[in-house]
Amino acid sequence: MSGDASRARVLGRVRRALADVPAYERPSDHPVPRDYLRVHGRRTPAESAALLAAHLADYRATVHRTGADGLPALLREVLARRGARRVAVPAGLPDGWLAGADVEVVADSPGLTVRELDAVDSVVTGCALAVAETGTVVLDGGPGQGRRRITLVPDHHVCVVRAADQIVDSVPQALERLDPTRPLTWISGPSATSDIELDRVEGVHGPRVLDVVLVAGDVGIPGEPARG
Amino acid sequence: MTGRPVPLGMPSFPRAAAVSTRDARLRANLKHATGTIRARRAAAVAELDDWRQLRAAAAAVKERTLRHLDHYLVRLEERVTAAGGTVHWAADAAEANRIVTELVRATGEREVVKVKSMVTQEIGLNEALAAAGVRAYETDLAELIVQLGDDLPSHLLVPAIHRNRDEIREIFRERMADWGRPAPEGLTDRPADLAEAARLHLREKFLRAKVAVSGANFMVAETGTMVVVESEGNGRMCLTLPETLISVVGIEKVVPTWRDLEIYLQVLPRSSTAERMNPYTSMWTGTTDGDGPRAFHLVLLDNGRTDTLADTVGRQALRCIRCSACLNVCPVYERAGGHAYGSPYSGPIGAILAPQLRGLAGPLEESLPFASSLCGACYEVCPVAIDIPEVLVHLRERVAEGGEATVRGTRAVVRPARRHALERRVVAGAAWALDRPELLRRGRRLAGRAARFAPRRLPGPGRAWTDGRDLPEIPEESFRDWWARTRAQESSQESSHEFSHEFSHEFSHEFSHEFSHEFSHEFSHEFSHESSKGGDR
Ligand code: SF4
Repeated sequence: MSGDASRARVLGRVRRALADVPAYERPSDHPVPRDYLRVHGRRTPAESAALLAAHLADYRATVHRTGADGLPALLREVLARRGARRVAVPAGLPDGWLAGADVEVVADSPGLTVRELDAVDSVVTGCALAVAETGTVVLDGGPGQGRRRITLVPDHHVCVVRAADQIVDSVPQALERLDPTRPLTWISGPSATSDIELDRVEGVHGPRVLDVVLVAGDVGIPGEPARG
Repeated sequence: MTGRPVPLGMPSFPRAAAVSTRDARLRANLKHATGTIRARRAAAVAELDDWRQLRAAAAAVKERTLRHLDHYLVRLEERVTAAGGTVHWAADAAEANRIVTELVRATGEREVVKVKSMVTQEIGLNEALAAAGVRAYETDLAELIVQLGDDLPSHLLVPAIHRNRDEIREIFRERMADWGRPAPEGLTDRPADLAEAARLHLREKFLRAKVAVSGANFMVAETGTMVVVESEGNGRMCLTLPETLISVVGIEKVVPTWRDLEIYLQVLPRSSTAERMNPYTSMWTGTTDGDGPRAFHLVLLDNGRTDTLADTVGRQALRCIRCSACLNVCPVYERAGGHAYGSPYSGPIGAILAPQLRGLAGPLEESLPFASSLCGACYEVCPVAIDIPEVLVHLRERVAEGGEATVRGTRAVVRPARRHALERRVVAGAAWALDRPELLRRGRRLAGRAARFAPRRLPGPGRAWTDGRDLPEIPEESFRDWWARTRAQESSQESSHEFSHEFSHEFSHEFSHEFSHEFSHEFSHEFSHESSKGGDR
C-alpha cells in the first residue's frame, strides 16, 4: 500500500472511531482543568538556588558555589581533581573560564569526530536554565553549550549555572522559557539506571560524573536571563 | 540471534515463559523490586501538594487529544514535516516493519542501535529486521539483559525485572561475547560493575552506529517536538550520534501543546521511577543543522489503536503513559510475573490493552481481562486516571456475552465465546480463586491427582496465564485480607478501595457456586482429558 493510502486509511479509521464525538465539538470544548500549581511554594532567589543544589546533590551530582571571580580557579580545581587532561569546550564559552588550567582544550566543531570526543576526559559548558524543584539543568545548544554529543560522550561534565538569572523554580516555568525548536537536553544528575532490581545506580552511557557550578554575579556568558 | 518473536499472538509464548519463570525466584525478584518502588513512588507523589490536580489535568489533556485525534495527528505531521522530518503512516505491524526495513536498507547499513521502545516489541521489529539481514542492538540495560538472555520482557519499565543481579552477571558472562565485546574478567554482581560492563559492551556500537530506531514518550502537535525520557544515556546516544533516526510511535502518544508537557514531565518520573526527574530527557523537533541526525523519520502506528479508540469504555486505555505504576502495585502481577500476560504490555494495563489492540482473538486475549482480582489499586496510582477495573469488567462482558466491536477498522459483532464456555468459567474462577485460597489449594490437589498432568497448572485457557509458572504461594488468610493488610500502611494517603471491593464482591458471589461446582466435576474431567493428550503447550 502506498504511503498516501495508509495515511488515508489510518485517519479514516480514527474518524470513524470517533463517531460518538459530536460534529460541533471542537478540541477546546473538551475541558482541561489547569488548577495545578505553577510552582510549589514561594522562595527567594537564594532559597531557589539552595533547593536546586540540594536536589542535584540528592541524585549525586556534585554542586559547587562560587563568585564570578572565583570561577576559573574552581574549574581548574574540579578538572585537576578528576585528572582531566583533554577538555572539550563549546563555541561561545567565555575565554577566561579555563584560564590557567593545565589542560588541552578540544574545541567543539562539526568536524570533531565521535572517536576524538571519546578520547576527551571532560567537558565544560554553560546551560540554558536550571530547575530547582527537580534538580535539573537544561541545555539548548546555545552559546557555551555546544552540540548535544559533547555533553554525552565524555565521562565527566562540568556545567556552569548563573545563579542570578538562570534558575527557575518549576517545570512549568522552565517550559515557558525554552524554545521547542532547539534540541533540548534535560539533565538531572549523572547517568544512572534503575534496571537492576529497581535500584538507582550511577553510570551507564552518559557522563558518570556531573559537577554543577552555581556562580553568583556576571560571568560573561551570552544568553537570555531566565528569571521566573 | 535477535531473540524469539515477542509480537502479539505468539504461539511459542507459554513455552518460553515456562523456561524462564518456572522457579520461585521470579516472584522473589519481583516482590523485592516492586515493594521497593511502591514505597518510593508514594513518597515522590506526596511531595507535590497538587498531585490530584495534576492527575486530573493529565487525564483531561489525553481525553481531549483522543476525542480529536485526527486533528492533532494532522497538525503533528505538518509541524514535523516543516521542521525537516518525514512522516510515515502504518496501519498495522507488517506495514510499520516494512517501512522501517526499507528506510534502513536505503542507508545501506546492516545494523541499527535501538532505544527501549514498547512499540517495536509490539510489532516484532527486531525479527523483521533480522529477516532482512539487519541486526538490531538493544541498548537499554534491561533490554540488553533480555536480548542477551534470549528472553522476553516482563515489565514495562524494567523489562528484566525478573532477573536479579546474580542472574544478570551470568548472562553477561555467557552471552556478551556472542554479541560483541565480552564481559570483563572477574565481573562481580555489584550493580555498578554490571552497568560498567554494559557501558563497555555498547560503547563501540554507539560510536559506529549510522542508524537508530527509537520510540517516543510524547509528540507535541503544536510544535512537532518529540520527547524521550530515559535514565542511562543510551537514548541520547541513539538520538544524537547516528546520521539517520527512525522513531516508531503509536498515534496515541500525541499531546496538543508544548505547555502540556509541564503536566506529564511532572507526573511521569514520579510515577515510574519515583524520581523528581529522570536523569535525561531529550526533546527534538525535526532536524537541526550541525547537531544530531541529518534525517529524521517518524512512523505513526495504528495497529489496533483505532479499534481501541472506537470503544467508548475501552478508549481510556490509550491515555496510558507507560509509567508502570499499576504493575508495581498489582497483587496479580506480583505473583504471576510479567511473562504471564503474553504480550509486551503486562500487568493491569496489559490486561486491558493487549486484548483491545489485538481484539479478543483467542484464548489468551479472552483470558486477560480475567487476570485481575479487581482490587482497584491500579486505578488509584494511575497518573492519567485510567479506570482499569471498569475496562476489565467491560471486556469480561464482551468475552462472555459478545457485542459490537471494531476489528481492523470495521464494525463487527463479537460472538460470545461459546466454544470456550467451560474455559471461560475456569478463567473467571482462577481470578476469583485468588480471593479464595482454600479453593485454589483444592484445585492443586485435584490437579495433582490427575495422572501425569503437571500438578501446578490451571487447565483451559487459564493456562494462558498460569502455564509455565508455579501457582502463587497461597497465604492462609484470604487474598483480599492479605492485600488489605500488607498494603494498608502504604496506601493510607491514597483514595479508598470501596468501589473495587463492591465490584469484586459481586464478582465472587456470581461465580462462587458455579466455580466450586465445576471445579470438583468438570474440572477433573478436563484434567484427565488434557492429561491423556499429554504434552506441553
Ligand atoms: S495504566 Fe496508568 S499506571 Fe498503568 S502504566 Fe499506564 S499510565 Fe501508568
